[in-house]
Amino acid sequence: MTEPLLDTQLLEVNLGPQHPSTHGVFRMQALLDGETIVKLKPVMGYLHRNHEQLGEGMTYIASFPFTDRLDYFCAMTNNLGLALAIEQLAGGIEVPERAQYIRVIMSELTRLVNHTAVIGFLLNDMGAFGTPLLYAFREREKILDLFEMASGSRMMCNYIRPGGVREDVPEGFLERASRIVAEYPRFLDEFEALLTQNEIIRQRAQHVGVLSKELAINASITGPMLRASGVDYDIRKVDGYGIYPRFAFRIPLGTVGDVYDRYYVRILEMRESVAILQQALKEIPPGPSISPKGLQLVKSPRTFRPPKGAEAYGRIESPKGELGFFLASDGSPQPYRYHVRAPSFINLTVLEDLCLGHKVADVIIILGSIDIVMGEVDR
Amino acid sequence: MPVGLHLMRPALEGLKSAVEGGLPGVTLQLEGSVLMVEAKDVPRVCRFLKDTPAYEMDYLANLTAIDYPPDTLEVVYHLCSMRQKHGPVALRVKLPRANPVIASVTPIWRGAEFQEREVYDLFGVIFEGHPDLRRILMWEGFKGHPMRKDYVPEDQDAPDERA
Repeated sequence: MTEPLLDTQLLEVNLGPQHPSTHGVFRMQALLDGETIVKLKPVMGYLHRNHEQLGEGMTYIASFPFTDRLDYFCAMTNNLGLALAIEQLAGGIEVPERAQYIRVIMSELTRLVNHTAVIGFLLNDMGAFGTPLLYAFREREKILDLFEMASGSRMMCNYIRPGGVREDVPEGFLERASRIVAEYPRFLDEFEALLTQNEIIRQRAQHVGVLSKELAINASITGPMLRASGVDYDIRKVDGYGIYPRFAFRIPLGTVGDVYDRYYVRILEMRESVAILQQALKEIPPGPSISPKGLQLVKSPRTFRPPKGAEAYGRIESPKGELGFFLASDGSPQPYRYHVRAPSFINLTVLEDLCLGHKVADVIIILGSIDIVMGEVDR
Repeated sequence: MPVGLHLMRPALEGLKSAVEGGLPGVTLQLEGSVLMVEAKDVPRVCRFLKDTPAYEMDYLANLTAIDYPPDTLEVVYHLCSMRQKHGPVALRVKLPRANPVIASVTPIWRGAEFQEREVYDLFGVIFEGHPDLRRILMWEGFKGHPMRKDYVPEDQDAPDERA
């Protein structure tokens, strides 16, 4: 091999915090050898507002609107996580049948919203500017209209409460939801026809950013990212919270753990969500939407004083992974400790491992395939 | 088993005696549904729980801290098993608030890396053996640990001295 004519040196490049492909104010310090990543350090905290300290300064119920702003794509599931933790802290609050069904419907609609949007953004990152994202947003908008119908807000829903939901869904909601859900598989087919076997996507995504099963477990990765690496772990099945054990659905798993698998697992998860939604929308019974104990807690939040020393860790399978709320009480109406276990924060742990040896352009799609929302990462 | 709850007391008592039997010199205290571990035993207990086939706690679900002024600060671990699908088990460690130092569990679970950085940043706990213990949410050069109960937030209206 001949001597290179010129000395080369490593180049340090800052990606972000204002880069359009960094999914919010997120920065990566990358060390490059030519175009290849040698080192990569994520820098975060630009949206940090100490959500946990805010939560410790108010009653348990008052935190609900703030949880909407954690992962602002998934307000409903954020509400549900906190509601489960509070129910656990109170030693169990009964949830009426109808509210259980509404919770499942809202959670699965949220999963559709999140996965549709993240695939749209991922395609944006791959260079397919606009078109796939707008296809995705067209469908997402229909579901956001449903959320607005039920809660009054498209994204900051503030809807699920301990012991049930804030109020029953309005007239016509279930019919409209059934219609949207029935049409959804057709959209997925259309989306897949454009993407799944697309040569460019396969070239860009296959064998890029491979995450091994062992590292995924060891690094506390959860959600579709974990399952794309072939680990069968879904909290809806493991804990069976709410009424999930009643529904027949499968857990899609990947085999390689690359960007492509992370894309495809999300597509398959949406199909399973559609299956859950169809069952739930068919079976939902009439009845109250919040239990008396839950209503009392919501109406007079300062009367809720869990015993000193009580603690709870409520967790759900949010669209991004394990969303946990840790609460510890000192006997006052405010939580002594309020902690959010944020899936997209912890899923970033392996970002450097996934990017090493790949090109700069791959970093962008690897980040896109992790699915982060900075409101949740920085809290 | 109640949904999403920590393991019930009989299971925890079994876990406690298994750990104490397997690791001579280690004693755990069972307080409510939480196992209290001494700070010096944390790496051994964690390794034991991870490597013993009956428990196989391969997944560190959550790591955080609670401040109890004036004297103590506690680090909380929630452990699960992905292979066997059980947990979470809550472990807690009491540390002296003036000098909170504990061995890092990042060599055991990579998932602790960012979470320990966050606890260091917000509570000031020093994790010995952590590969890269820097602030993660607050900026470099920030003074203090905002999640401590005696932290006084700076006046929002006061002129910024850093400018």
